[in-house]
Amino acid sequence: MSDTSLSYVQLETITAKAPPPAPSNRPWTPVRIVGTTWLTLWLLSGLGILWFLLNSNHVALVFGGDGLLPVSITHNAKFLIKYGEKFVSGFIVTLQLVGIAMLLGVLLSVPMTFMRMSKNRILGGIAYGYVYFFRGTPLLAQVFLIYYGAGTFRIPLQSVDMWWFFRDAWNCAVLAFTLNTAAYQVEILRGSIENIAKGQWEAAAALGLPKWLTFWKIILPQALIVSLRPYGNEIILMIKGSAIVAIITIFDLMGETRRAFSRTYDFQAYVWAAIAYLVMVEALRRVWDLIEARLTRHLHR
Amino acid sequence: MGFMRFATVATLALLASTQSQAKDWSKIRIATEASYPPFAYTTADGKLAGFEIELGNAICEELKAECEWMPVDWDGLIPGLIAGKYDSIMASMSITPERKQRIQFSEKYYNTPPGIAVPKDSPITEATIDGMKGYLVGAQVGATHAVFAEEILSKSEVSLYPTADEYKLDLESGRLDAAVDDVVVLTDWLNSDEGACCKLLGTMTPVPEIHGEGAGVGVRKSDQDLADLFSKAVIALRTNGKYKEINDKYFEFDAYGE
Repeated sequence: MSDTSLSYVQLETITAKAPPPAPSNRPWTPVRIVGTTWLTLWLLSGLGILWFLLNSNHVALVFGGDGLLPVSITHNAKFLIKYGEKFVSGFIVTLQLVGIAMLLGVLLSVPMTFMRMSKNRILGGIAYGYVYFFRGTPLLAQVFLIYYGAGTFRIPLQSVDMWWFFRDAWNCAVLAFTLNTAAYQVEILRGSIENIAKGQWEAAAALGLPKWLTFWKIILPQALIVSLRPYGNEIILMIKGSAIVAIITIFDLMGETRRAFSRTYDFQAYVWAAIAYLVMVEALRRVWDLIEARLTRHLHR
Repeated sequence: MGFMRFATVATLALLASTQSQAKDWSKIRIATEASYPPFAYTTADGKLAGFEIELGNAICEELKAECEWMPVDWDGLIPGLIAGKYDSIMASMSITPERKQRIQFSEKYYNTPPGIAVPKDSPITEATIDGMKGYLVGAQVGATHAVFAEEILSKSEVSLYPTADEYKLDLESGRLDAAVDDVVVLTDWLNSDEGACCKLLGTMTPVPEIHGEGAGVGVRKSDQDLADLFSKAVIALRTNGKYKEINDKYFEFDAYGE
């Protein structure tokens, strides 16, 4: 009985198994056609950019020769040899500018957030006006106003001994970027703090914890999880937004790109700039994943 | 057969006529663009005027030739010359290797030099590389003058601005000690109300590798003799002071450059 039943069961099991669907049998629905076409176009444009870069630098394979391999690569990267160093220095300027402005922005945004959330109408009004102005006007206009605007107030600024600060383009750039990013950070921070349920404050108060400790140990760690992604977005926007800083003679990555392009009319300048920005943003994204994993480790099961 | 013979004769006759014309330059037809003041432009009553026109007339006087001016659109200048509609071009045309492949040029008849503008109370006294040592000089990025500032003014600090408007603002605010640009551009600004803060310190010698060789008279490749006539006439006008006379009517600097 066991023999027959076993064979019966096996037979049934095997036949009952649905054969794996053959991919070739999938119908070419309009969606699939559009998707495949789209993917192909992306691949082609990626290959096109690669081909363009190789071609611009006259990279070629040479067969034969007396090297170790029968094939050697020749190139004539005139552009990179001449402007590569400038690109690196522009890259560093961009990193420094965004890094310093973000750190100062954090320092400025924390007290500003408390002002924004305070019940005092004057403090709240000041913080509201500040956020309103810096979020509502273009960064380009702010940089321009701070740098060239300060220039027209040279005499009054000299009389209060502030001209030395505004005379330097770098100071003006850092100031403008800090003020701009701090305004956005105030809103990020405020949103994430207000996102934490009121009951958490009340429970901590019931335990007799002082307010600052409640904020530091209970509210902030939770608010950080909420605000982490918006912070990352803000840094990415700053990295790309910093491309306008060449207007006040700070030659960041984009400034060096434009300069190199205006000297050579070689489009690879912009391709390299795009790649450099992509690398920056991608590195940031990976760091952010790590930070998020760390902050939410108590949520993993 | 008859046609071929006719064509040959006609071609020979045509060649002969151009040949004979090439020898005799008592009449010269000059094309200009007439829309580039103060060099060449059309006045309200439709007459040609400007530095180039006066200089051209002086050259013809020097060559004892009769000159006829023809206003032509920029793009049509070189094709019209090659087609034989006129004999020469005086249209602020810079001598470049690309153009030299198609036409012949005389020696330059002007090359506006780079000018140096400084605030009126500037301690800088001379427009030289050493005179600007250690000072902050502004220029417009992308322009030849930015290359000039970075490569020739090696003893100064250089700040590059997106357009001319920004370096003007910084020259006014005192962030910049000096600015370098085409002297025609600078004088235009300095002579206006906006340029009241500053003055023209002087001009510097153009560098051919950076600024180009300057503007020359364009002629057909076969008319080297005409190009030489123009070159000689310009030198003669430089020597006898007529160039300076015309120059001073239009510019506060020597447009010949050097």
